[in-house]
Amino acid sequence: MLGLKKTDTTLFLVVMGLTLLAPFILNPFPVESGMAQFNAGYPDLMQRFVIFGIFAIGFNILFGLTGYLSFGHAAFLGVGSYAAIWSLKLFALDVVPAIVFAILVAGAFAMLVGFISLRRSGIYFSILTLAFAQMSYALAYSVLTPLTGGETGLQIKNTDTPLLSNVAEGEIGRASFLGLDMGASQELVLGGWAFTFNIGYYIAAVAMLIAFYLSIRIFRSPFGMMLRAVKSNQQRMNYTGLSPKPYTLAAFVISGMYAGLAGGLMVAMDTQVGPERMFWTASGEVVIMTVLGGAGTLLGPVLGAGFIKYFENIISKINKDILHQWFAVLPDGVEDVMVSLVYPFVGKGWHLTLGIMFMLVIIFLPGGLLQGGQKILGLFRRKPKPSEAAEADGTKPAE
Amino acid sequence: MDQFIVQILNGLDKGSAYALIALGLTLIFGTLGVVNFAHGALFMLGSFCAVIMSRILSASHEVAVPGETDFLGNPLTRDQPYVYDWFGEAAGATIVDWAVPISILFAIPVMIGVGFIMERGLIKHFYKRPHADQILVTFALAIVLQEVVKYFFGANPIQTPAPDAFAGSLDFGAWLGFEPRTIMYPYWRLVYFLFAGVIIAAVFGFLQFTTFGMVVRAGMADRETVGMLGIDIDKRFTFMFGLAAAVAGLAGVMYAPIVAPNYHMGMDFLVLSFVVVVVGGMGSLPGAVAAGFLLGILESFASMPWMVDRLPGINQIIIYLVAIIILLTRPRGLMGRKGVMED
Repeated sequence: MLGLKKTDTTLFLVVMGLTLLAPFILNPFPVESGMAQFNAGYPDLMQRFVIFGIFAIGFNILFGLTGYLSFGHAAFLGVGSYAAIWSLKLFALDVVPAIVFAILVAGAFAMLVGFISLRRSGIYFSILTLAFAQMSYALAYSVLTPLTGGETGLQIKNTDTPLLSNVAEGEIGRASFLGLDMGASQELVLGGWAFTFNIGYYIAAVAMLIAFYLSIRIFRSPFGMMLRAVKSNQQRMNYTGLSPKPYTLAAFVISGMYAGLAGGLMVAMDTQVGPERMFWTASGEVVIMTVLGGAGTLLGPVLGAGFIKYFENIISKINKDILHQWFAVLPDGVEDVMVSLVYPFVGKGWHLTLGIMFMLVIIFLPGGLLQGGQKILGLFRRKPKPSEAAEADGTKPAE
Repeated sequence: MDQFIVQILNGLDKGSAYALIALGLTLIFGTLGVVNFAHGALFMLGSFCAVIMSRILSASHEVAVPGETDFLGNPLTRDQPYVYDWFGEAAGATIVDWAVPISILFAIPVMIGVGFIMERGLIKHFYKRPHADQILVTFALAIVLQEVVKYFFGANPIQTPAPDAFAGSLDFGAWLGFEPRTIMYPYWRLVYFLFAGVIIAAVFGFLQFTTFGMVVRAGMADRETVGMLGIDIDKRFTFMFGLAAAVAGLAGVMYAPIVAPNYHMGMDFLVLSFVVVVVGGMGSLPGAVAAGFLLGILESFASMPWMVDRLPGINQIIIYLVAIIILLTRPRGLMGRKGVMED
């Protein structure tokens, strides 16, 4: 379908199903039950899943395929966000031009940064991208205040009158898609369950599906093959008379555009931007997502993004009272011990859990959680006979 | 002219911190070939050594104040540090006051120990893995360390004052024949600068003039050959890792009075220290030190009002800008050697 091979089509359809049915899948517990706090099916969180999914997919095209570890990708997300909010403020309240504008501006910025940074490789490349991102952050924070709003950032104000949209005097414009308000939601109550369908989420979801489809096409294309060649042996590539530079630059710009798309969508969902979006910890986060899920795989980054955003929101909500409820079955003394043992890892300590998890994944599962899943599946699967195994190896494309 | 000297002085203490951290980073990189993203966390641990030590020293118990009662008629009590009991009032007060310098003695074994555990427990397993994996695992370790510190000490900075003897400022201008009070320099920053100089000299002296240091230098140049000569180079490199951790830790201990320790201070310094290492040249120890001081001073020049008026924001980006220019014109950094990290 759509020029994809059979396995890829299945993968794409599965992802499509999961994304479109997310309001159901992420809300498995009835509203009134004690487990309702593990529901993730509210619009704000679902939007974050898909937006960071896009960000991680884009990062993976650069890091997963070419092996260039960029530590400054949040800069493109931030630049895209600023571009989008200016489009909403000045041009039109419709999100489509804002997103297109975000992608183009982020792409142009990535072209500039990539052109300079890609002259070096390895750790030097990481430091150069980090330097550019920190520079953008510092500039957005201080000198470029007229453009970026400095520390307070930018919002749509009641004084903004976009060129193409009619906003009543003194009213604060709202981002919309063909006249549909991005915040509009439809509530569906089925027995004890409540499901929310949000326009903004579905727009972001469609954007992610397109982004995912494009990334499958890139992975399977001759261009993707070239990028893998850069990763596995750049010297040999040079000897065959190919220059890696145009390929890596193209990959860099594409992943910058993905980041711009994510930034634009963020603004479309929640019309405000601040410079902290470009801080280097934000760049670190997308690295963690991609690696945690599985760098160089199709599904890994999306999984990693969803995984991190889910636990960030859910684990950080757990407090001492909830822990006491959980361990209430145990005798009092044991309960207190258990609570004090678990407490450092939940609530505010969520980053500790994340850091430990991240370390364990890098140490034991260099291929990310996806590889872990495959290993577990492999334990249960029938071992192929030697002749079959050889056949399978011969026909499978190199991953 | 006096403005000029003020900026150089201001740059020196920050430059010293950069130089010390960059020196440790380069030691680790030059010996073990590992890019250590957790080095900033070691700096942070060092400055929390100062916090811990000052808490230990001022650990106190209640004693009754003779002859006084509170408004209910009960004997009045006050907190008295244990050191007062052991060493007497005057000596005890001095010890509490000098907590930060005393914690150097505490920090050295602790930081060497932390370095040993880190290298043997984690980084050892990453020598054969790609550089990206090394960066990622040390980055993760840095997150873990910083969150552990945050759990025990909270997210707020903890004031750790310098000894009273070093409070106040030195009227440096009067020495040089300028008007009095034009060039003021806090005593503690001067101490920090001198301390950094001593540490740097000690590390270089150790590498240059001891047999151990000679073997380490030989190992940096050609690890395999040294191994073939029957020397257990791995053991010595592990020790160097501990030494680098101690250097970062000491930089942190002494920096505690300048910037109140908080759990993310390591990360703030790390990013800049990496830039320093790259500017100085990966694997070059003198390069790291020189670039540390150079960038510290450049940064303070860029934050002069005169500069900021003409080029707004230059103080924020000068270091990165210099790094970009240097990497593009001198790809090996200022003093980088050929063949280091060029794959």
